[in-house]
Amino acid sequence: MMNAALEIRALRKTYRNGFEALKGIDLTVAEGSFFALLGPNGAGKSTTIGIVTSLVNKTSGKVRVFGHDLDRDIQEVKRNIGLVPQEFNFNNFEPVGEVVVNQAGYYGIPRQEAWKRARHYLGELGLWDKRKEMARTLSGGMKRRLMIARALVHEPRLLILDEPTAGVDIELRRSMWEFLQNINCDGRSIILTTHYLEEAERLCRNIAIIDHGLIVENTTMKSLLAKLDTETVVLDLQAAAPKLPEHESIQLRRIDDLTLEADIHRGESLNTLFQLLDAAQISVQSMRNKTNRLEELFLRMTRSTESGERGIRAAS
Amino acid sequence: MNRLHLHENWTALRTIVLKEVLRFARIWVQTVLPPMVTMALYFIIFGGLIGARIGEMDGFRYMDFIVPGLIMLAVITNSYSNVVSSFFSAKFQRHIEELLVSPVPNSLIILGFVGGGVARGLTVGVAVTLVSLFFSPFSLHSIGVTLSIVVMTSVVFALAGLINGVFARSFDDISIVPTFVLTPLTYLGGVFYSVSLLPDFWQGVSQLNPILYMVNAFRYGLLGTTDLPLTLSYAIIIAFIVGLYLFALVLLNRGVGVRS
Repeated sequence: MMNAALEIRALRKTYRNGFEALKGIDLTVAEGSFFALLGPNGAGKSTTIGIVTSLVNKTSGKVRVFGHDLDRDIQEVKRNIGLVPQEFNFNNFEPVGEVVVNQAGYYGIPRQEAWKRARHYLGELGLWDKRKEMARTLSGGMKRRLMIARALVHEPRLLILDEPTAGVDIELRRSMWEFLQNINCDGRSIILTTHYLEEAERLCRNIAIIDHGLIVENTTMKSLLAKLDTETVVLDLQAAAPKLPEHESIQLRRIDDLTLEADIHRGESLNTLFQLLDAAQISVQSMRNKTNRLEELFLRMTRSTESGERGIRAAS
Repeated sequence: MNRLHLHENWTALRTIVLKEVLRFARIWVQTVLPPMVTMALYFIIFGGLIGARIGEMDGFRYMDFIVPGLIMLAVITNSYSNVVSSFFSAKFQRHIEELLVSPVPNSLIILGFVGGGVARGLTVGVAVTLVSLFFSPFSLHSIGVTLSIVVMTSVVFALAGLINGVFARSFDDISIVPTFVLTPLTYLGGVFYSVSLLPDFWQGVSQLNPILYMVNAFRYGLLGTTDLPLTLSYAIIIAFIVGLYLFALVLLNRGVGVRS
């Protein structure tokens, strides 16, 4: 029988100051999946990852990684996990190559083999030429890639990435996506937390949303997106429209003389929208989605428990 | 623990020690050179200028008498400061997490940091011994006692430095103990004088100072003279090693200072 990559049962964490970060969450990540763990700031994502990776002590609950119990077999749990944390946590005064090779050494990999692997992963991530340079001299994007190489050097079966592309430019982000998709295709399970919802939608097949220390959604990306009953598009017009047509499943509203927004209900086709606009002699110059679909859902689900600014950004 | 894990753990331990050694070796101008300069000044001022007026101590030239104590002073302070600064900066920069997420047992994390501290303590000890040769002829009464005492003392203070590093929350916290505890205890530990010179009451007080036993045992190894029984020195040093190691292990197992 195939073990789940990660199984969490009734996991609770209350910090010393009394803050209850996790209120008894259950979560299962199937082996081989690319899993998104989303949530607003302070929702409990990093605490969950901290507990799974042994950086945070849990208050109660069970964690199993590929069937190994965190309480009984912590060394085996650790051997199976590679972590790319949110913040840079390597020795800035160490050469890039040594950061990776030392990490391999902590997993019992002899130095010669460790250098072979470092060459492979640093090479894949475009950092092999920088191996002799001090880690502090790397750019932000390079530092993120260094942490990915370091997390992979012991070839874990489960890779956990906490905001891996934060502050990374779009070109580099896309190349990192490609790299992660490739290693997932090779059979490695991946858990990703991100603020870039486009990233989660593009990469992940399964998703859990955590809010206020509780899992509020845990499903496949496809079925989650199917819950979205309307999608909003922005239409740039060639000329001002004198009057907006009406339709039961498409609502149009004017933003300014040359811009309209259309809320299209699920099941309605874009052809209907264009037929409607044609009939009203409205010419469209261009069209775009108003928001990322996942972002729309995310806000809806987390807004129900708390309103206000969450600091969620969508990739442009 | 099976053989595979033993081999993995041995590799992990070597990695930590090598990393620690490279750390202080890269910055040798800050770590190895200053104690050599400081001790050279001690030899010139206390041993040469003042010592010439003091005459003999326990039947030895004053310069010859203070050499073991000054070597020990350098070993103690460097073993301690290497581990406390390395462990605290690993916490401060958060790269201690590299070790915490890995399968390295806490006992090996302790041994690795202690290994680095002992390596620096002994490196500086050898360097200061070489400096001392300009002022005093080399004397070795018992190589076994000399080596065992210097290594064990270095272990004691490397462990103490680790515990300080675990509790430290700021850079101030890593300098308080060396400044206000370690240096006074070392100076009062018979580095510059024989405790037999003190009145009975202060001799009794001095015997509460563990560093006195270490300095005296080391002096015995080099010169063949001591104010205290050698077996008692060994017993005290071993008791400190066991006690401090167990305390450090409990702290790391509980995640004190490193896990929330």
